[in-house]
Amino acid sequence: MLIFNYIPIGWSAYLSFFDAQGTVTPDTFVGLDNYADMLTGPFAQSLLTFSVFALFIVPLTFALALGLAVAVNRIRFARAFFRSVFFLPTACSYVVAAMVWKLSLFSGVRFGLANTVLDWFGQDPVAWLSNPDPPWYWVVLVTARLWLQVGFYMILFIAGLQRIPDSLYEAAYVDGAKPGWQVFRHITFPQLRPTSIAVLLLSLIAAYQAFDEFYNLLGTARGYPDFGRPPLVYLYYLALGQTQDYGHGSAGALILALLIALVTLLQGQVLGFGRRD
Amino acid sequence: MDNRPVGLRPGVAGTTLRYAALTVAALVFLLPFYLIVRNGLSTEAEITSPEWSLFPSSLHWENITELFTDPSVPMAHALWNSLVIAVLQTGGQLLLGSLCGYGLARIPYKHANKVFYLIVATLMVPAAVTFVPSFVLVSSLGWVSSLRGLVIPGLFAGFTAFMFRQYFLSFPRELEEAARIDGLGHWGTFWRIVVPNSGGFFAAVAVIQFIGSWNAFLWPLVIGQDESSWTVQVAMSTFLTAQNVNIHELFVAAAVGILPLVLVFVVLQRFLVRGVAETGIKG
Repeated sequence: MLIFNYIPIGWSAYLSFFDAQGTVTPDTFVGLDNYADMLTGPFAQSLLTFSVFALFIVPLTFALALGLAVAVNRIRFARAFFRSVFFLPTACSYVVAAMVWKLSLFSGVRFGLANTVLDWFGQDPVAWLSNPDPPWYWVVLVTARLWLQVGFYMILFIAGLQRIPDSLYEAAYVDGAKPGWQVFRHITFPQLRPTSIAVLLLSLIAAYQAFDEFYNLLGTARGYPDFGRPPLVYLYYLALGQTQDYGHGSAGALILALLIALVTLLQGQVLGFGRRD
Repeated sequence: MDNRPVGLRPGVAGTTLRYAALTVAALVFLLPFYLIVRNGLSTEAEITSPEWSLFPSSLHWENITELFTDPSVPMAHALWNSLVIAVLQTGGQLLLGSLCGYGLARIPYKHANKVFYLIVATLMVPAAVTFVPSFVLVSSLGWVSSLRGLVIPGLFAGFTAFMFRQYFLSFPRELEEAARIDGLGHWGTFWRIVVPNSGGFFAAVAVIQFIGSWNAFLWPLVIGQDESSWTVQVAMSTFLTAQNVNIHELFVAAAVGILPLVLVFVVLQRFLVRGVAETGIKG
Protein backbone atom coordinates (compact mmCIF):
# COMPACT_ATOMS: atom_id res chain seq x y z
CA MET A 1 0.00 0.00 0.00
CA LEU A 2 2.64 2.47 1.08
CA ILE A 3 5.08 1.38 -1.61
CA PHE A 4 2.72 1.45 -4.53
CA ASN A 5 0.73 4.52 -3.60
CA TYR A 6 2.83 6.95 -1.60
CA ILE A 7 6.26 6.41 -3.11
CA PRO A 8 5.04 7.14 -6.66
CA ILE A 9 3.27 10.28 -5.49
CA GLY A 10 6.28 11.48 -3.53
CA TRP A 11 8.71 10.62 -6.27
CA SER A 12 6.49 12.35 -8.75
CA ALA A 13 6.53 15.53 -6.68
CA TYR A 14 10.32 15.29 -6.48
CA LEU A 15 10.78 14.73 -10.21
CA SER A 16 8.51 17.60 -11.09
CA PHE A 17 11.12 20.11 -9.88
CA PHE A 18 13.93 18.70 -12.01
CA ASP A 19 14.97 18.53 -15.61
CA ALA A 20 14.41 14.80 -15.86
CA GLN A 21 14.58 13.64 -19.44
CA GLY A 22 15.19 9.92 -19.80
CA THR A 23 16.33 9.62 -16.19
CA VAL A 24 14.67 9.16 -12.84
CA THR A 25 17.60 10.32 -10.71
CA PRO A 26 17.98 13.84 -12.04
CA ASP A 27 20.52 16.40 -10.88
CA THR A 28 19.43 19.63 -12.56
CA PHE A 29 17.08 21.49 -10.29
CA VAL A 30 14.77 23.72 -12.30
CA GLY A 31 12.36 24.84 -9.62
CA LEU A 32 8.92 25.66 -10.90
CA ASP A 33 9.94 25.87 -14.56
CA ASN A 34 8.28 22.57 -15.39
CA TYR A 35 5.01 23.82 -13.97
CA ALA A 36 5.28 27.07 -15.89
CA ASP A 37 6.00 25.17 -19.11
CA MET A 38 3.08 22.87 -18.57
CA LEU A 39 0.61 25.63 -17.81
CA THR A 40 1.52 27.66 -20.87
CA GLY A 41 2.37 24.95 -23.42
CA PRO A 42 0.33 22.27 -25.17
CA PHE A 43 -0.66 20.77 -21.84
CA ALA A 44 -2.90 23.78 -21.22
CA GLN A 45 -4.34 23.10 -24.67
CA SER A 46 -5.10 19.54 -23.61
CA LEU A 47 -6.87 20.78 -20.49
CA LEU A 48 -9.01 22.84 -22.83
CA THR A 49 -9.69 19.72 -24.90
CA PHE A 50 -10.80 18.01 -21.74
CA SER A 51 -13.10 20.91 -20.86
CA VAL A 52 -14.85 20.63 -24.22
CA PHE A 53 -15.21 16.90 -23.66
CA ALA A 54 -16.59 17.36 -20.14
CA LEU A 55 -18.98 20.03 -21.34
CA PHE A 56 -20.57 17.50 -23.68
CA ILE A 57 -20.26 14.27 -21.79
CA VAL A 58 -21.33 15.24 -18.28
CA PRO A 59 -24.72 16.85 -19.06
CA LEU A 60 -25.53 14.26 -21.72
CA THR A 61 -24.71 11.37 -19.39
CA PHE A 62 -26.74 12.96 -16.64
CA ALA A 63 -29.83 13.57 -18.77
CA LEU A 64 -29.77 10.22 -20.51
CA ALA A 65 -29.12 8.20 -17.35
CA LEU A 66 -31.88 10.02 -15.47
CA GLY A 67 -34.31 9.64 -18.36
CA LEU A 68 -33.67 5.93 -18.69
CA ALA A 69 -33.89 5.40 -14.92
CA VAL A 70 -37.23 7.17 -14.66
CA ALA A 71 -38.58 5.29 -17.68
CA VAL A 72 -37.34 1.89 -16.51
CA ASN A 73 -38.20 2.29 -12.85
CA ARG A 74 -41.96 2.51 -13.19
CA ILE A 75 -42.82 0.02 -15.88
CA ARG A 76 -44.44 -3.26 -14.93
CA PHE A 77 -43.50 -5.53 -17.75
CA ALA A 78 -39.96 -6.45 -18.88
CA ARG A 79 -38.36 -4.08 -16.38
CA ALA A 80 -35.44 -6.37 -15.61
CA PHE A 81 -34.91 -6.89 -19.33
CA PHE A 82 -34.59 -3.20 -20.14
CA ARG A 83 -32.43 -2.58 -17.11
CA SER A 84 -30.05 -5.34 -18.18
CA VAL A 85 -29.86 -4.10 -21.77
CA PHE A 86 -28.87 -0.58 -20.74
CA PHE A 87 -26.43 -1.86 -18.13
CA LEU A 88 -24.79 -4.45 -20.37
CA PRO A 89 -22.33 -2.09 -22.14
CA THR A 90 -20.69 -1.56 -18.73
CA ALA A 91 -19.21 -5.02 -19.25
CA CYS A 92 -17.42 -3.84 -22.40
CA SER A 93 -14.04 -2.21 -22.40
CA TYR A 94 -13.26 1.10 -24.02
CA VAL A 95 -11.04 -0.78 -26.44
CA VAL A 96 -13.93 -2.86 -27.73
CA ALA A 97 -16.18 0.19 -27.98
CA ALA A 98 -13.47 2.12 -29.81
CA MET A 99 -13.12 -0.75 -32.25
CA VAL A 100 -16.82 -0.88 -33.09
CA TRP A 101 -17.07 2.89 -33.32
CA LYS A 102 -13.97 3.30 -35.43
CA LEU A 103 -14.32 0.40 -37.83
CA SER A 104 -18.03 -0.11 -38.11
CA LEU A 105 -20.21 2.78 -36.95
CA PHE A 106 -18.15 5.83 -37.78
CA SER A 107 -15.76 4.53 -40.34
CA GLY A 108 -14.60 7.43 -42.45
CA VAL A 109 -15.33 5.70 -45.74
CA ARG A 110 -18.51 4.59 -47.43
CA PHE A 111 -19.09 1.34 -45.58
CA GLY A 112 -19.43 2.93 -42.14
CA LEU A 113 -22.96 2.73 -40.80
CA ALA A 114 -23.19 6.44 -40.01
CA ASN A 115 -22.13 7.36 -43.53
CA THR A 116 -24.58 4.83 -44.97
CA VAL A 117 -27.36 6.53 -43.04
CA LEU A 118 -26.16 9.94 -44.26
CA ASP A 119 -26.19 8.55 -47.77
CA TRP A 120 -29.89 7.67 -47.46
CA PHE A 121 -30.53 11.35 -46.89
CA GLY A 122 -28.35 12.29 -49.82
CA GLN A 123 -25.48 13.61 -47.73
CA ASP A 124 -21.82 13.17 -48.51
CA PRO A 125 -19.81 10.79 -46.34
CA VAL A 126 -17.98 12.39 -43.44
CA ALA A 127 -14.37 11.66 -42.51
CA TRP A 128 -15.30 11.22 -38.88
CA LEU A 129 -11.93 10.76 -37.23
CA SER A 130 -9.21 11.93 -39.55
CA ASN A 131 -10.30 15.51 -40.11
CA PRO A 132 -10.21 18.07 -37.28
CA ASP A 133 -12.21 20.64 -39.23
CA PRO A 134 -15.15 20.45 -38.74
CA PRO A 135 -14.50 18.54 -35.49
CA TRP A 136 -16.84 15.61 -36.09
CA TYR A 137 -14.54 13.41 -34.03
CA TRP A 138 -16.29 14.73 -30.92
CA VAL A 139 -19.47 12.97 -31.99
CA VAL A 140 -17.58 9.69 -32.11
CA LEU A 141 -15.81 10.19 -28.77
CA VAL A 142 -18.88 11.36 -26.89
CA THR A 143 -21.27 8.70 -28.19
CA ALA A 144 -18.78 5.91 -27.45
CA ARG A 145 -18.41 6.99 -23.84
CA LEU A 146 -22.15 7.56 -23.48
CA TRP A 147 -22.87 4.01 -24.60
CA LEU A 148 -20.37 2.62 -22.12
CA GLN A 149 -21.24 4.57 -19.00
CA VAL A 150 -24.89 5.59 -19.13
CA GLY A 151 -26.09 2.22 -17.77
CA PHE A 152 -23.87 2.51 -14.72
CA TYR A 153 -25.23 5.92 -13.76
CA MET A 154 -28.75 4.73 -14.58
CA ILE A 155 -28.37 2.07 -11.85
CA LEU A 156 -27.37 4.81 -9.39
CA PHE A 157 -30.46 6.81 -10.32
CA ILE A 158 -32.72 3.75 -10.00
CA ALA A 159 -31.32 3.10 -6.52
CA GLY A 160 -31.99 6.75 -5.70
CA LEU A 161 -35.54 6.59 -7.08
CA GLN A 162 -36.34 3.56 -4.97
CA ARG A 163 -35.36 5.40 -1.81
CA ILE A 164 -38.06 8.03 -2.36
CA PRO A 165 -40.92 7.15 0.01
CA ASP A 166 -44.27 6.46 -1.61
CA SER A 167 -45.97 8.62 1.02
CA LEU A 168 -44.54 11.71 -0.72
CA TYR A 169 -46.33 10.79 -3.92
CA GLU A 170 -49.52 10.11 -2.02
CA ALA A 171 -49.30 13.52 -0.38
CA ALA A 172 -48.71 15.14 -3.77
CA TYR A 173 -51.74 13.37 -5.16
CA VAL A 174 -53.92 14.55 -2.29
CA ASP A 175 -52.65 18.07 -2.91
CA GLY A 176 -53.83 17.79 -6.50
CA ALA A 177 -50.54 17.44 -8.34
CA LYS A 178 -50.83 16.45 -11.98
CA PRO A 179 -48.99 13.29 -13.00
CA GLY A 180 -45.99 13.67 -15.25
CA TRP A 181 -43.84 16.76 -15.37
CA GLN A 182 -45.29 18.45 -12.27
CA VAL A 183 -44.62 15.51 -9.98
CA PHE A 184 -41.17 14.98 -11.46
CA ARG A 185 -40.26 18.63 -11.11
CA HIS A 186 -41.48 19.09 -7.52
CA ILE A 187 -40.96 15.67 -5.92
CA THR A 188 -38.81 13.23 -7.85
CA PHE A 189 -36.04 15.58 -8.93
CA PRO A 190 -35.52 17.38 -5.57
CA GLN A 191 -35.52 14.02 -3.77
CA LEU A 192 -32.78 12.77 -6.09
CA ARG A 193 -30.42 15.61 -5.17
CA PRO A 194 -27.72 13.50 -3.44
CA THR A 195 -27.71 10.99 -6.31
CA SER A 196 -27.62 13.77 -8.88
CA ILE A 197 -24.59 15.37 -7.26
CA ALA A 198 -22.83 12.02 -7.06
CA VAL A 199 -23.50 11.31 -10.74
CA LEU A 200 -22.27 14.73 -11.84
CA LEU A 201 -19.06 14.50 -9.83
CA LEU A 202 -18.30 10.88 -10.70
CA SER A 203 -18.81 11.44 -14.41
CA LEU A 204 -16.68 14.59 -14.26
CA ILE A 205 -13.83 12.79 -12.51
CA ALA A 206 -14.11 9.93 -14.99
CA ALA A 207 -13.88 12.43 -17.85
CA TYR A 208 -10.67 13.91 -16.38
CA GLN A 209 -9.14 10.48 -16.67
CA ALA A 210 -10.27 9.81 -20.22
CA PHE A 211 -7.57 7.94 -22.04
CA ASP A 212 -8.66 4.62 -23.50
CA GLU A 213 -11.11 5.74 -26.13
CA PHE A 214 -9.03 8.73 -27.25
CA TYR A 215 -5.94 6.58 -27.62
CA ASN A 216 -7.74 3.88 -29.56
CA LEU A 217 -9.97 6.07 -31.69
CA LEU A 218 -7.52 8.76 -32.74
CA GLY A 219 -4.15 7.05 -32.39
CA THR A 220 -2.63 5.31 -35.41
CA ALA A 221 0.57 3.47 -36.17
CA ARG A 222 2.02 6.81 -37.26
CA GLY A 223 1.35 8.40 -33.88
CA TYR A 224 -1.29 10.62 -32.43
CA PRO A 225 -2.74 13.68 -34.19
CA ASP A 226 -2.33 17.16 -32.72
CA PHE A 227 -6.02 17.63 -32.04
CA GLY A 228 -8.19 15.93 -29.44
CA ARG A 229 -5.56 15.22 -26.79
CA PRO A 230 -7.01 15.07 -23.30
CA PRO A 231 -4.50 15.53 -20.43
CA LEU A 232 -3.72 11.86 -19.84
CA VAL A 233 -3.06 11.11 -23.48
CA TYR A 234 -0.73 14.08 -23.62
CA LEU A 235 1.13 12.91 -20.51
CA TYR A 236 1.38 9.38 -21.87
CA TYR A 237 3.15 10.49 -25.03
CA LEU A 238 5.27 13.03 -23.17
CA ALA A 239 6.55 10.73 -20.43
CA LEU A 240 6.59 7.33 -22.10
CA GLY A 241 7.10 8.33 -25.70
CA GLN A 242 10.46 9.09 -27.25
CA THR A 243 11.32 12.07 -25.08
CA GLN A 244 10.81 10.21 -21.77
CA ASP A 245 10.36 13.58 -20.14
CA TYR A 246 9.54 12.49 -16.60
CA GLY A 247 10.03 15.98 -15.13
CA HIS A 248 7.36 17.66 -17.23
CA GLY A 249 5.24 14.52 -17.08
CA SER A 250 5.26 14.55 -13.30
CA ALA A 251 4.47 18.25 -13.14
CA GLY A 252 1.50 17.68 -15.43
CA ALA A 253 0.36 14.68 -13.40
CA LEU A 254 0.44 16.72 -10.21
CA ILE A 255 -1.53 19.58 -11.76
CA LEU A 256 -4.11 17.04 -12.84
CA ALA A 257 -4.10 15.34 -9.43
CA LEU A 258 -4.62 18.69 -7.76
CA LEU A 259 -7.62 19.43 -9.98
CA ILE A 260 -9.14 16.04 -9.25
CA ALA A 261 -8.45 16.34 -5.52
CA LEU A 262 -10.27 19.68 -5.55
CA VAL A 263 -13.30 18.09 -7.15
CA THR A 264 -13.14 15.16 -4.72
CA LEU A 265 -12.89 17.48 -1.73
CA LEU A 266 -15.91 19.31 -3.03
CA GLN A 267 -17.65 15.95 -3.22
CA GLY A 268 -16.52 15.26 0.36
CA GLN A 269 -18.08 18.51 1.50
CA VAL A 270 -21.34 17.83 -0.24
CA LEU A 271 -21.77 14.12 0.40
CA GLY A 272 -19.89 13.52 3.65
CA PHE A 273 -17.58 11.09 1.87
CA GLY A 274 -15.13 9.43 4.25
CA ARG A 275 -17.00 10.53 7.33
CA ARG A 276 -16.86 8.19 10.26
CA ASP A 277 -20.38 6.95 10.81
CA MET B 1 -43.33 -1.95 -9.00
CA ASP B 2 -45.41 1.19 -9.19
CA ASN B 3 -46.81 1.85 -5.75
CA ARG B 4 -47.85 5.40 -6.41
CA PRO B 5 -51.50 6.42 -6.21
CA VAL B 6 -53.41 5.35 -9.32
CA GLY B 7 -53.99 8.96 -10.34
CA LEU B 8 -50.27 9.60 -10.59
CA ARG B 9 -49.46 6.64 -12.80
CA PRO B 10 -49.08 7.25 -16.50
CA GLY B 11 -52.16 6.50 -18.62
CA VAL B 12 -52.35 4.07 -21.53
CA ALA B 13 -50.91 6.60 -23.96
CA GLY B 14 -48.08 7.45 -21.56
CA THR B 15 -47.26 3.80 -21.00
CA THR B 16 -47.24 3.04 -24.72
CA LEU B 17 -44.97 6.01 -25.35
CA ARG B 18 -42.67 4.87 -22.59
CA TYR B 19 -42.36 1.36 -24.00
CA ALA B 20 -41.81 2.69 -27.49
CA ALA B 21 -39.00 4.98 -26.31
CA LEU B 22 -37.42 2.20 -24.25
CA THR B 23 -37.56 -0.25 -27.16
CA VAL B 24 -35.87 2.20 -29.51
CA ALA B 25 -33.21 2.95 -26.89
CA ALA B 26 -32.67 -0.76 -26.24
CA LEU B 27 -32.14 -1.41 -29.96
CA VAL B 28 -29.58 1.39 -30.13
CA PHE B 29 -27.78 0.00 -27.08
CA LEU B 30 -27.71 -3.51 -28.52
CA LEU B 31 -26.60 -2.44 -31.99
CA PRO B 32 -22.84 -2.38 -31.20
CA PHE B 33 -23.07 -5.92 -29.79
CA TYR B 34 -24.80 -7.05 -32.94
CA LEU B 35 -22.20 -5.36 -35.12
CA ILE B 36 -19.41 -7.22 -33.30
CA VAL B 37 -21.06 -10.56 -34.05
CA ARG B 38 -22.04 -9.60 -37.59
CA ASN B 39 -18.58 -8.38 -38.52
CA GLY B 40 -16.91 -11.28 -36.75
CA LEU B 41 -18.81 -13.76 -38.89
CA SER B 42 -18.50 -11.92 -42.19
CA THR B 43 -15.76 -11.91 -44.76
CA GLU B 44 -13.46 -8.96 -45.12
CA ALA B 45 -15.02 -8.07 -48.47
CA GLU B 46 -18.50 -8.03 -47.01
CA ILE B 47 -17.63 -5.74 -44.11
CA THR B 48 -15.98 -3.21 -46.35
CA SER B 49 -18.55 -3.45 -49.11
CA PRO B 50 -20.07 -0.07 -50.05
CA GLU B 51 -23.50 -1.71 -49.95
CA TRP B 52 -24.26 -1.93 -46.23
CA SER B 53 -26.32 -4.95 -45.24
CA LEU B 54 -27.80 -5.84 -41.89
CA PHE B 55 -27.20 -9.57 -42.24
CA PRO B 56 -24.12 -11.23 -43.68
CA SER B 57 -24.95 -13.39 -46.69
CA SER B 58 -23.34 -16.40 -45.07
CA LEU B 59 -21.85 -17.09 -41.65
CA HIS B 60 -18.13 -17.69 -41.53
CA TRP B 61 -17.54 -19.65 -38.34
CA GLU B 62 -14.05 -20.53 -39.54
CA ASN B 63 -13.06 -16.95 -38.61
CA ILE B 64 -12.84 -18.16 -35.02
CA THR B 65 -10.30 -20.90 -35.74
CA GLU B 66 -8.50 -18.50 -38.05
CA LEU B 67 -8.04 -16.06 -35.17
CA PHE B 68 -6.58 -18.64 -32.84
CA THR B 69 -4.25 -20.13 -35.44
CA ASP B 70 -2.99 -16.81 -36.81
CA PRO B 71 0.65 -16.64 -35.65
CA SER B 72 0.75 -12.83 -35.89
CA VAL B 73 -2.04 -12.44 -33.31
CA PRO B 74 -1.18 -13.94 -29.90
CA MET B 75 -4.83 -13.99 -28.88
CA ALA B 76 -4.94 -17.22 -26.91
CA HIS B 77 -1.96 -16.11 -24.86
CA ALA B 78 -3.46 -12.65 -24.30
CA LEU B 79 -6.70 -14.24 -23.07
CA TRP B 80 -4.72 -16.37 -20.66
CA ASN B 81 -2.82 -13.31 -19.38
CA SER B 82 -6.04 -11.38 -18.85
CA LEU B 83 -7.59 -14.27 -16.99
CA VAL B 84 -4.58 -14.78 -14.71
CA ILE B 85 -4.34 -11.06 -13.95
CA ALA B 86 -8.05 -10.62 -13.31
CA VAL B 87 -8.27 -13.69 -11.04
CA LEU B 88 -5.13 -12.82 -9.06
CA GLN B 89 -6.12 -9.19 -8.66
CA THR B 90 -9.67 -9.99 -7.66
CA GLY B 91 -8.58 -12.62 -5.15
CA GLY B 92 -5.76 -10.50 -3.79
CA GLN B 93 -7.90 -7.42 -3.39
CA LEU B 94 -10.63 -9.35 -1.63
CA LEU B 95 -8.14 -10.85 0.81
CA LEU B 96 -6.11 -7.71 1.53
CA GLY B 97 -9.04 -5.33 1.35
CA SER B 98 -11.25 -7.34 3.67
CA LEU B 99 -8.49 -7.93 6.23
CA CYS B 100 -7.51 -4.28 6.18
CA GLY B 101 -11.12 -3.12 6.33
CA TYR B 102 -11.94 -5.46 9.18
CA GLY B 103 -8.91 -4.38 11.14
CA LEU B 104 -9.83 -0.74 10.74
CA ALA B 105 -13.45 -1.28 11.63
CA ARG B 106 -13.13 -3.62 14.59
CA ILE B 107 -9.66 -3.87 16.11
CA PRO B 108 -9.02 -1.03 18.55
CA TYR B 109 -5.72 0.63 17.75
CA LYS B 110 -4.47 4.05 18.72
CA HIS B 111 -3.64 5.22 15.22
CA ALA B 112 -6.52 3.50 13.41
CA ASN B 113 -8.02 6.83 12.43
CA LYS B 114 -4.76 8.16 11.04
CA VAL B 115 -4.26 5.01 8.98
CA PHE B 116 -7.79 5.33 7.72
CA TYR B 117 -7.25 8.93 6.60
CA LEU B 118 -4.01 7.94 4.88
CA ILE B 119 -6.03 5.38 2.93
CA VAL B 120 -8.80 7.82 2.08
CA ALA B 121 -6.18 10.28 0.87
CA THR B 122 -4.98 7.79 -1.76
CA LEU B 123 -8.50 7.66 -3.13
CA MET B 124 -8.24 11.31 -4.05
CA VAL B 125 -5.26 10.70 -6.32
CA PRO B 126 -6.50 8.32 -8.97
CA ALA B 127 -4.12 5.64 -10.22
CA ALA B 128 -4.39 7.09 -13.69
CA VAL B 129 -2.52 10.18 -12.56
CA THR B 130 0.31 8.32 -10.85
CA PHE B 131 1.04 6.12 -13.83
CA VAL B 132 4.22 7.97 -14.74
CA PRO B 133 5.95 7.58 -11.35
CA SER B 134 4.45 4.11 -10.89
CA PHE B 135 5.97 3.09 -14.18
CA VAL B 136 9.33 4.47 -13.07
CA LEU B 137 9.10 2.48 -9.83
CA VAL B 138 8.06 -0.75 -11.51
CA SER B 139 10.71 -0.44 -14.20
CA SER B 140 13.44 0.14 -11.62
CA LEU B 141 12.29 -3.09 -9.97
CA GLY B 142 12.73 -4.77 -13.34
CA TRP B 143 9.10 -5.76 -13.57
CA VAL B 144 8.26 -4.32 -16.99
CA SER B 145 6.64 -6.87 -19.30
CA SER B 146 6.12 -9.29 -16.47
CA LEU B 147 3.07 -10.63 -14.71
CA ARG B 148 4.40 -9.25 -11.41
CA GLY B 149 4.46 -5.72 -12.79
CA LEU B 150 0.92 -6.08 -14.07
CA VAL B 151 -0.66 -7.63 -10.99
CA ILE B 152 1.13 -6.46 -7.86
CA PRO B 153 0.74 -2.64 -8.05
CA GLY B 154 -2.99 -3.14 -8.51
CA LEU B 155 -3.39 -5.21 -5.37
CA PHE B 156 -3.20 -2.37 -2.90
CA ALA B 157 -6.41 -0.53 -3.57
CA GLY B 158 -7.43 1.92 -0.90
CA PHE B 159 -10.89 1.85 -2.35
CA THR B 160 -11.50 -1.83 -1.58
CA ALA B 161 -10.25 -1.40 1.98
CA PHE B 162 -12.48 1.64 2.38
CA MET B 163 -15.54 -0.23 1.14
CA PHE B 164 -14.89 -3.21 3.38
CA ARG B 165 -14.39 -0.97 6.39
CA GLN B 166 -17.73 0.74 5.77
CA TYR B 167 -19.39 -2.63 5.33
CA PHE B 168 -17.88 -4.20 8.48
CA LEU B 169 -18.91 -1.19 10.56
CA SER B 170 -22.51 -2.15 9.85
CA PHE B 171 -21.96 -5.87 10.47
CA PRO B 172 -24.04 -7.04 13.49
CA ARG B 173 -21.74 -6.87 16.50
CA GLU B 174 -23.79 -9.44 18.46
CA LEU B 175 -22.61 -12.25 16.19
CA GLU B 176 -18.98 -11.36 16.78
CA GLU B 177 -19.47 -11.02 20.53
CA ALA B 178 -20.98 -14.48 20.65
CA ALA B 179 -17.88 -15.79 18.88
CA ARG B 180 -15.65 -13.90 21.31
CA ILE B 181 -17.37 -15.57 24.26
CA ASP B 182 -16.83 -18.93 22.59
CA GLY B 183 -13.10 -18.19 22.75
CA LEU B 184 -12.30 -16.98 19.24
CA GLY B 185 -9.80 -14.16 18.69
CA HIS B 186 -10.08 -11.46 15.99
CA TRP B 187 -8.57 -13.79 13.42
CA GLY B 188 -10.89 -16.69 14.21
CA THR B 189 -13.94 -14.45 14.40
CA PHE B 190 -13.13 -12.97 11.04
CA TRP B 191 -12.70 -16.28 9.23
CA ARG B 192 -15.39 -18.35 10.95
CA ILE B 193 -18.12 -15.81 11.56
CA VAL B 194 -17.71 -12.64 9.53
CA VAL B 195 -16.59 -14.01 6.15
CA PRO B 196 -19.16 -16.83 5.90
CA ASN B 197 -21.92 -14.34 6.66
CA SER B 198 -20.81 -11.74 4.11
CA GLY B 199 -21.02 -13.78 0.90
CA GLY B 200 -23.20 -11.28 -0.92
CA PHE B 201 -20.92 -8.35 -0.26
CA PHE B 202 -17.79 -10.31 -1.19
CA ALA B 203 -19.47 -11.38 -4.44
CA ALA B 204 -20.46 -7.80 -5.26
CA VAL B 205 -16.91 -6.51 -4.75
CA ALA B 206 -15.49 -9.47 -6.67
CA VAL B 207 -17.66 -8.88 -9.75
CA ILE B 208 -16.88 -5.17 -9.86
CA GLN B 209 -13.19 -5.88 -9.41
CA PHE B 210 -13.08 -8.62 -12.01
CA ILE B 211 -14.69 -6.42 -14.65
CA GLY B 212 -12.34 -3.58 -13.77
CA SER B 213 -9.26 -5.80 -14.07
CA TRP B 214 -10.36 -7.43 -17.30
CA ASN B 215 -11.09 -4.10 -18.97
CA ALA B 216 -8.10 -2.18 -17.60
CA PHE B 217 -6.13 -0.62 -20.39
CA LEU B 218 -3.71 2.18 -19.48
CA TRP B 219 -1.58 0.25 -16.99
CA PRO B 220 -1.35 -2.98 -19.05
CA LEU B 221 -0.44 -0.82 -22.05
CA VAL B 222 2.35 0.92 -20.14
CA ILE B 223 3.76 -2.28 -18.61
CA GLY B 224 3.00 -4.85 -21.30
CA GLN B 225 5.70 -3.72 -23.72
CA ASP B 226 6.51 -7.22 -24.81
CA GLU B 227 4.08 -9.30 -26.82
CA SER B 228 4.20 -12.12 -24.27
CA SER B 229 2.67 -9.91 -21.56
CA TRP B 230 -0.14 -8.37 -23.60
CA THR B 231 -3.62 -8.58 -22.20
CA VAL B 232 -6.67 -8.95 -24.44
CA GLN B 233 -7.25 -5.19 -24.38
CA VAL B 234 -3.68 -4.33 -25.31
CA ALA B 235 -3.60 -6.95 -28.06
CA MET B 236 -6.81 -5.63 -29.60
CA SER B 237 -5.64 -2.05 -29.30
CA THR B 238 -2.35 -2.83 -31.01
CA PHE B 239 -4.11 -4.26 -34.02
CA LEU B 240 -6.68 -1.49 -34.01
CA THR B 241 -4.05 1.24 -34.28
CA ALA B 242 -1.86 -0.70 -36.70
CA GLN B 243 -1.78 0.11 -40.39
CA ASN B 244 -3.07 -3.14 -41.79
CA VAL B 245 -5.97 -4.39 -39.82
CA ASN B 246 -7.62 -7.66 -40.47
CA ILE B 247 -11.08 -6.40 -39.66
CA HIS B 248 -13.01 -9.64 -39.32
CA GLU B 249 -10.35 -11.18 -37.06
CA LEU B 250 -10.40 -8.07 -34.90
CA PHE B 251 -14.14 -8.41 -34.40
CA VAL B 252 -13.89 -12.09 -33.55
CA ALA B 253 -11.28 -11.06 -30.99
CA ALA B 254 -13.67 -8.47 -29.58
CA ALA B 255 -16.43 -11.06 -29.32
CA VAL B 256 -14.10 -13.50 -27.57
CA GLY B 257 -12.83 -10.69 -25.33
CA ILE B 258 -16.25 -9.62 -24.07
CA LEU B 259 -17.81 -13.07 -23.87
CA PRO B 260 -16.39 -13.98 -20.40
CA LEU B 261 -17.58 -10.66 -19.02
CA VAL B 262 -21.03 -10.86 -20.53
CA LEU B 263 -21.34 -14.31 -18.94
CA VAL B 264 -20.10 -13.11 -15.54
CA PHE B 265 -22.39 -10.16 -15.94
CA VAL B 266 -25.55 -12.07 -16.75
CA VAL B 267 -25.00 -14.75 -14.11
CA LEU B 268 -23.99 -12.41 -11.29
CA GLN B 269 -25.96 -9.35 -12.24
CA ARG B 270 -27.86 -9.36 -8.97
CA PHE B 271 -24.63 -8.83 -7.02
CA LEU B 272 -23.31 -6.34 -9.49
CA VAL B 273 -26.35 -4.09 -9.40
CA ARG B 274 -26.30 -4.26 -5.62
CA GLY B 275 -22.61 -3.48 -5.49
CA VAL B 276 -22.94 -0.50 -7.79
CA ALA B 277 -26.00 0.82 -6.00
CA GLU B 278 -24.35 0.45 -2.58
CA THR B 279 -20.95 1.83 -3.31
CA GLY B 280 -21.73 4.23 -6.09
CA ILE B 281 -18.23 3.91 -7.47
CA LYS B 282 -16.91 1.46 -9.96
CA GLY B 283 -13.67 -0.20 -8.89
